[in-house]
Amino acid sequence: MKNNRYIVIVGCGRLGSHLANQLSRAGNSVVVIDRDEATFSNLSPDFSGFRIDGDATQIAVLKEAKLKMADILFATTHDDNVNLMVVQVARKIFQVPHVLARVFDPKREEVYAQLGIDTICPTTVAAEMLFRAVDRAAAEKKGEQP
Amino acid sequence: MKVLIVGGGKTLYFLCRNFTSKGYEVVIINRNKEECVQLARQLSAVVVCGDGSDADILKDGGAMAADAVLAITPNDQDNLVICQLASLRFGVPRTVALANDPDNAEVFEKLGVSAFSTTHIVGSLIEQCASLEQIINLLPVGEGRVNVTEIVIDADSPVSGKQLKDIDLPENALIAVVIHNGRPIVPRGTNELQAGDRVVLITLPENHGPVLKALTGEMK
Repeated sequence: MKNNRYIVIVGCGRLGSHLANQLSRAGNSVVVIDRDEATFSNLSPDFSGFRIDGDATQIAVLKEAKLKMADILFATTHDDNVNLMVVQVARKIFQVPHVLARVFDPKREEVYAQLGIDTICPTTVAAEMLFRAVDRAAAEKKGEQP
Repeated sequence: MKVLIVGGGKTLYFLCRNFTSKGYEVVIINRNKEECVQLARQLSAVVVCGDGSDADILKDGGAMAADAVLAITPNDQDNLVICQLASLRFGVPRTVALANDPDNAEVFEKLGVSAFSTTHIVGSLIEQCASLEQIINLLPVGEGRVNVTEIVIDADSPVSGKQLKDIDLPENALIAVVIHNGRPIVPRGTNELQAGDRVVLITLPENHGPVLKALTGEMK
């Protein structure tokens, strides 16, 4: 991964702040947007990017983040609908080349795949890993008792 | 016609009352349990309690058979997702979202969802009504791209006593109805406008001012 990109992250919770800290440390220009200023305390002291205290569903806030120049946008808030709206606005109006939304509800994920919006669903990812762990455990047990 | 409305508050209540009185079948989706109980008591509509942006709840509300979905919650992101789910997943032919942030009306249209902003509508109503006292009524239609205005022709008006064909109206404007002595007429070129007549005008926002000027003599 190139390390001189302009990356906008919406939501500064556990996932958003983790991404922001790592990407900033790796040398990218990072802008973090969150409605709640208190969440910026999740950012590490060496985070060198910008913080914007605002609601990302307002286009004025996205303009303030200079979204037009962004290479990547991650939407990581706890509200699926905010994430889905922000990535669509980023893709269709600001023409951001890479956008990704976290969506907890698998049903919503299916619909937005139709619109060409990339989403990550922690629920299905976790479920898949758990199923795999179950299969592995079963296989090991089989191996013990041939 | 079956209409599904997602939201709450007084707007929803009065809209729903209006629709049911017209004989529409209305389903309400609301997140708040207490408000749902209230609505179910007050209105003859089916009330579903739940998150309208959840596909299962929309299905419970009968989205498959709905002719229209109206999303008027106070959160723009919810309104957008509700309309997209309704049209993409359930094939609802007409969906309309409320844009609480007026900027989002344009954003939603670009994302393929019909939207309206009450701030825009009320704002332009006030501006245009306040600009001219002869205006009785003004109604933006076609997402605000067309105005329907009702005005009174007074004795000082430059068109009072003139036949319609002699009135020089700007392009894209129409005198749709003349109400003369309480009797509405769809006018032809030979009809004459008289003081006291009420005129229903169709204009576009861009020529609204000049058209009003032509009929009243005043400039807004």
